[in-house]
Amino acid sequence: MDFLYELLVQPFADMIFEPLFFIETVVKGLMAGVLYSLVALGFVLIFKASGVFNFAQGTMALFAALTLTGLMEKLDLGMPHWMLVILCLALTVVVMIVLAVVVERFVLRPLVNQELIILFMATLGLSYVLEGVGDLAWGSDVKVLDLGLPEGVWDIGGVFVEQLDVIAAVAAGGMVAVLAVFFSKTRIGRALRAVADDHQAALSVGISLQQIWVIVWSVAGLVALVAGVMWGSKSGVQFSLSLIALKALPVLILGGFTSIPGAIIGGLIIGVGEKVAEVFWYHIHGGAVENWFAYMLALVFLMFRPQGLFGDKIIERV
Amino acid sequence: MSAAETDRPAAAPGAEAPLLKVNNIEVIYDHVILVLRGISLEVPKGGVVAILGANGAGKTTTLKAISNLLGTERGEVTKGTIEFDGVNVEASSPNELVKRGCIQVMEGRHCFEHLTVEENLLTGAFTRGSDRHGIQRDLEMVYNYFPRLRERRTSQAGYTSGGEQQMVAIGRALMSRPKMILLDEPSMGLAPQLVEQIFEIVKQINEQEGVTILLAEQNTNIALKYAKFGYILESGRVVMEGEAEQLRNNEDVKEFYLGLGGEGRQSFRDVKHYRRRKRWIG
Repeated sequence: MDFLYELLVQPFADMIFEPLFFIETVVKGLMAGVLYSLVALGFVLIFKASGVFNFAQGTMALFAALTLTGLMEKLDLGMPHWMLVILCLALTVVVMIVLAVVVERFVLRPLVNQELIILFMATLGLSYVLEGVGDLAWGSDVKVLDLGLPEGVWDIGGVFVEQLDVIAAVAAGGMVAVLAVFFSKTRIGRALRAVADDHQAALSVGISLQQIWVIVWSVAGLVALVAGVMWGSKSGVQFSLSLIALKALPVLILGGFTSIPGAIIGGLIIGVGEKVAEVFWYHIHGGAVENWFAYMLALVFLMFRPQGLFGDKIIERV
Repeated sequence: MSAAETDRPAAAPGAEAPLLKVNNIEVIYDHVILVLRGISLEVPKGGVVAILGANGAGKTTTLKAISNLLGTERGEVTKGTIEFDGVNVEASSPNELVKRGCIQVMEGRHCFEHLTVEENLLTGAFTRGSDRHGIQRDLEMVYNYFPRLRERRTSQAGYTSGGEQQMVAIGRALMSRPKMILLDEPSMGLAPQLVEQIFEIVKQINEQEGVTILLAEQNTNIALKYAKFGYILESGRVVMEGEAEQLRNNEDVKEFYLGLGGEGRQSFRDVKHYRRRKRWIG
C-alpha cells in the first residue's frame, strides 16, 4: 500500500500543494532539455542529409568548447573581454567549418557508396581522433569557460530561474528558428532536404553531394559549438562533456531520427521527465534516477512507437 | 574519312557536329559485371533519339554512363569516350554536366517526396545559383507546359499521382535550362493515354525550347512515333540503328519489338523457335 501511495498519490499531491516548486522543477528540466535538444539536433542534421549516425557529435561539442576555451587562454592579451569572446567565437566557428571540410575530404569521400555501418564506424573513429586532437592541442585539465554571461538568479513570481539557463534557452531557440528558415526558404536548404529525400535524384539534378555534406557538417559543428559552450559554461569544459552524446540517443529515439522538431521536443520531454521523476518520485527510488530515466523512456518508446514521436512517415500512394 | 563515318547518314559532310557523341563505351559494375560492351551513338543538336530494347539490354546504363550517375551503383565506364557539346565528359561529375546542359530524368521519376511540387521544380535550378528572375520565368514556363502542376504546386510530391510525378521530374529537369534531356522510361507505369500526353509535351519542349532529347524506352511503338532516329540495344550492344521510319518498317523490329507478327497467328512453339534462331547475338 505504501508503495502504491508513493507511486500514484503522493507525487501528484506534492505537485498540487507546492505549485511553485513544481514549476521550478519543470523549468529546470526544460533548461537541461534544451541542451539535450541541441546535441540531438546535430545528430538529426547529419542523419537526414547523409543517413549517417554521427557518433562523434558529442565529441564535436567537446572539441568546440575546448577550442574556444583554449583560444581564449592563448589570445588573452589585454583586449576587452567582450572583444576577446567575439574574436574567439569567430575563430572557433572557422575551426568547426575547417573540421567539416576535412571530415568530408578524408572520411566521407573515400567511403562514399559504402555500407552505412562502415560510415558509422568511421564516425566512431572520428570521435576518438577528435578527443585526442583536443587533448593534444589544449591539454586535458578541466577548464572554466567564462564568456561573461550573467550568473545570477531571477526571481519570477516566486520561481527561481538561473539566468544562464534562460540565455541557453534563448540561444537554442534562436538557432532553431534560423535553421528552420534556412531549411525551408533558401536554395541550399532546399537542396539539403532534397538530398535527405533521394540521393540519386539529387545527384541527377546537379546537386553536389560533397558541397552539401560540407555544409551539413558545418551546421552540425555550429550546433555542437552552441551546445558545448552552454554546457561548458554551466559545468566547466571537461572530457565527460562528450558523454552528453549518449543522452542525445534516447532523445532521438523519442523524437524520431529524421525530425528537427522531434529532436527539440524529445530533448525537452527528457529534460523535464528526468527532473520531475528525480524530485517527485524520490521516495520510491531514493534518487539518482536522472542517469537512467532517459534510457528507460527510450526503451518504452522503442516498444510502442519505434519511429519516434515525429519520425518520417513513409509516404505511400494509394 | 573512314568507312564507318561515311556510312552514317547523320555525319554528312558540312552537317553540324552532334551534340552528344558516345564512342565505343564499356561499362562494368562492381569490377566484374560487364554490362555495356562497346556502345556508340550520336545525337544531333535539336534531335529526338530513342534507345530501344528489352529489360536488361543496357538502356538505363547507357544513359547513366552519359550523365555519370553510375558511381552510386558501383559502375564505371572502363573504355571509350563520351563527348558532349564538343568536350570530353567521361570524368565530369553530374554537377558539372548539369551546368554544361545535360540532365537526366531518371527511371521511376525519383521525385523528392517530402518536398512540395514547386520546391521539387526549384531544386532543378540548383546549379543556376541565385538568378531569381530567370528562375521565376522558367517556373512559369514549366507551369505552362504542365498546367496540372500549377494546380498542385503546394502538394507534397509524394502524394501526387504517377503521371504528375513524371511531369514534376521532367519539369524539374527543364528548370536547369538544359541543352539536352536524357529521358529514362517516361512511360513506365502510366496509363497509355497519359503516356501519349507526356510524349506530346516532350515533343513540344523539343520543338519550342530547342532541347535535344535522348530517350530510353521499352515501349517501342510510342518511342518510334516521336523519335527521329533509333538505336536498338541487346545485351549491351547496339544491334541495329536507323531512322525511326526505317526501323518501324523493319521486319525484325516489327516481330520482336512492335508485336506485329508476320502472317496471322503463329503457334507458340513456332514463335519460340523462330525467336531463338533470329536473335541478334553479336
